[in-house]
Amino acid sequence: MNSIISLSALGVLVLFLGILKKKTWLLPVILVGLLASLVMTLAHWNLNRNLFHNMLIIDNTGVAFSSVMIFSTFLIFMFAAQYYSKVTRPLDDIYAIMIFALVGAVLMSYYGNLIMLFIGIETLSIALYVLAGSHKEAIISNEATLKYFLLGSFLSGFLLFGIALLYGSSGSFDLYAIHSYVAGHIQQGLPPMFRAGLFLLIIGLSFKIAIAPFHFWAPDVYEGTPTLLTAFMATVVKTASIIAMYRFFSITFFGIHGIWEMTIAILAAITIVIGNLTGIYQPNLKRMLAYSSISHSGYMMLAMVAFSSNTANALLFYAISYSIATIAAFAILILVREARGNDYFGSFNGIAGNNRLVAFTLAVAMLSLTGIPPLAGFIGKYFLFSAAIEQGWLWLVLIAIAGSAISAGYYFKPIIAMYFREDQGTILQASPAFRANIILLTLLTLLLGIFPFLLSNLLK
Amino acid sequence: MLALLLILFPLLAAVGLFFVREEKWVRNLALAVALVESGISVAALTQYFLYCHCLLLFRFEWLAEYGISLKFGMDGFSMLLTLLTTFLIPVIIYSSFSLKIEKPASFYGLVILMQAGLIGVYTAFDGIMFYIFWELTLIPAYFIAGYWGGKDRIRITFKFFAYTFTGSLLMLAAIIYMYFLTPLPHSFDHIWLYAASLNPKEQMWVFLAFFIAFAIKVPIFPFHTWQPDTYSTAPYPGSMLLGGLMSKMGLFGMIRWMIPITFSVINRSGVLAMILPVAGIVYASLIALGQDDLKRLVAYSSIAHLGLVAAGAMALNAQAMQGAMVQMVSHGVNITGLFILIQYIESRTNTTSIARLGGIALKAPGMAVFFMIILLGSIGLPLTNGFVGEFLILLGLFRYNAVIAAVSGLTIIFSAVYMLWMFQRVMLGNTNETTENISDLNLKEMIPLIAIVIIVLWIGIFPGMFMHLAENGVGQIIGVVK
Repeated sequence: MNSIISLSALGVLVLFLGILKKKTWLLPVILVGLLASLVMTLAHWNLNRNLFHNMLIIDNTGVAFSSVMIFSTFLIFMFAAQYYSKVTRPLDDIYAIMIFALVGAVLMSYYGNLIMLFIGIETLSIALYVLAGSHKEAIISNEATLKYFLLGSFLSGFLLFGIALLYGSSGSFDLYAIHSYVAGHIQQGLPPMFRAGLFLLIIGLSFKIAIAPFHFWAPDVYEGTPTLLTAFMATVVKTASIIAMYRFFSITFFGIHGIWEMTIAILAAITIVIGNLTGIYQPNLKRMLAYSSISHSGYMMLAMVAFSSNTANALLFYAISYSIATIAAFAILILVREARGNDYFGSFNGIAGNNRLVAFTLAVAMLSLTGIPPLAGFIGKYFLFSAAIEQGWLWLVLIAIAGSAISAGYYFKPIIAMYFREDQGTILQASPAFRANIILLTLLTLLLGIFPFLLSNLLK
Repeated sequence: MLALLLILFPLLAAVGLFFVREEKWVRNLALAVALVESGISVAALTQYFLYCHCLLLFRFEWLAEYGISLKFGMDGFSMLLTLLTTFLIPVIIYSSFSLKIEKPASFYGLVILMQAGLIGVYTAFDGIMFYIFWELTLIPAYFIAGYWGGKDRIRITFKFFAYTFTGSLLMLAAIIYMYFLTPLPHSFDHIWLYAASLNPKEQMWVFLAFFIAFAIKVPIFPFHTWQPDTYSTAPYPGSMLLGGLMSKMGLFGMIRWMIPITFSVINRSGVLAMILPVAGIVYASLIALGQDDLKRLVAYSSIAHLGLVAAGAMALNAQAMQGAMVQMVSHGVNITGLFILIQYIESRTNTTSIARLGGIALKAPGMAVFFMIILLGSIGLPLTNGFVGEFLILLGLFRYNAVIAAVSGLTIIFSAVYMLWMFQRVMLGNTNETTENISDLNLKEMIPLIAIVIIVLWIGIFPGMFMHLAENGVGQIIGVVK
């Protein structure tokens, strides 16, 4: 609750600062404000309260995931100065909308009622539709926002229809009430209205997460959106959607097994295969990262079918390691684009010669996403695979392993370009602040990989 | 404690080496690090021999709720391979001093990092630690071959990486799968994993996953296609690391992890699995006969020799296994020696093609002498290191199945044929324009070769210490199997 209020206030404050034309104050205020919200969120650890008649449930899972999202936004804002350094138009509205989107994301991690879920998703989505088109001069940005808006609204309709059907059959929007309904009716079989509502809900959420076969919007939208905001989409929005789906299933279907598990498992398998295979054909880093995020959604779906005492923690660890590595990759993408004009893999040639730190950071990020020890990405994958095998999903884990092996095919393209090919372009200019930021990201990835016990025992 | 030190010291030293700016210092610093590491391993050896014949264990709970702990130790088998690693790395580093290596800080940093990974693999007694260090060795190997390699290295090294990575992931799946079958509370500790109760079908899957992963690493036919290209495109120190040390990881994994867990499957249908390495012996030897390139010839001979070792390991009797362990050490030493000699030949004549060489012994008799000794060691002449291992393996194999032993024994004959024929064409006969002005070895070049020849003769004439270590290692494994 603290975080929702403080973040909204921060957003409004940013807008005011914009009105007062205090441009240089914007980023410092935002960074401090985000840190303050993070602290306030963490202050709710072990609180376990229900607010507004179960509309919001402040439990440890919600606190943990909101903290991850606030921290990811903080990391992204650290690169905003570099990204928008040449932009003269006012940025306060973009920053404020990002913060409001974050509010929606936080709602999605605390919700205990389907209406709250919808409010959170819509807050997040509408803010993102605007952000996707924030680069008004670029046709590709306009295309991205149109695609996202049209498809997103349509799929939100599915989501709402699903919620309505679930309400119609169970009599309540509250997740716990739906859980008792399911527990009571699972023996004689859930009525068709409930099942229809459930699948519509899954479809709506799958669109948001970008699970195949509902992922077709993601590569184009990710490519068209301004890069810093794509980083936001790939990390915060992804985390929010995943925790939304996880929360729904872990509360309503707690301890109950049924056919949705196989449905989700098949969706996950298709996502992993399509995401990884198509990723190999991408010619530039931005689209490759879009497909990488689709594949990682697939891996994270393993958590939806494999409930055990460790699953929430596994998902948390995975979300953190994925977000850090992706943000690092996007930061370096921004740098290379600025210096060399585009992010086709050829632009990465020879970076390791003159910019050892930049090359090393991108290499660590790519290796972490592939899942090579001793990096955080390996530990995240290990936790998820372990939980899935324990619950008997060996075939799914084998597909995930095959996907990881295939993913090396595209994650290594930037590494090969940077280290093994000859230099051809301008030397990248990385400011000391930028360097400090990427050192932080690399250190976090290494630290979590070598000392995973720091974060491995938080959620039970 | 010593086991942990053996891993941590090169790990930290490698990180340090990456940041050294002065190019002149880096080489000597790397050599110093490697020699200190050798010293530590000798200290471990002395403690083992003088104080206890125990495991020298170190244990630390890393992720308690997931059953993973940092468990490192050394029995005789681990000790053998660790000593091989800490002996060969300084030799490899010293032999690289005659090469022109750009960015030496990164290069030697990667070599020492690889050493840390290798020793981690050999001393890990926890399943996930084994996996983590196994993967860790892949990164330096990939970068060494990819950056400092020769023609077409990007495609070849990527094939190497992708192939090996896929195998390791299969192994990870098998390890995690077995974890859930260990007695409660689940753990990745090797004793728990050995005690996991698997029904025959589960054992078969685990065996397949492990076997494929290790077969790719060694390599065993038909998973060997990455190897000849990678060995020839890698820089010489890289080929020595790959052929001398990394290939042993696969065999080590077989003996330490695969056999004690899946021995009933191997008992029942092991002959089928053994056909692959034995087929590899014949296949690779025949191809080696037809090779013109020296590096590729050595690569194929490695497939043949290690095929014999793999067959010996899977025979599940004490003699063959003991022979396999000693042969691993011998093969590592011999192949490193061969690559060093090929490096010297190429640096003088700019070619590794047998057709263009000839009569080197006339101008460089010293080189010829060293070449002959190491070659005979590779073939397995009595009084050289190769004989001890191969003889024991064949003895054990004969008890297992006479036909397999007979076919495997062909490796000795075949290797004599292609090696001696190669020696005749390269060293003997008359010189031609390429080899007219070859200079003999100078003192600096001789030092690594002297070290290798000492080991060749030591294991060949006084194998006692090595056999003792291997015996201890075998005792640990066979105890579980029986």
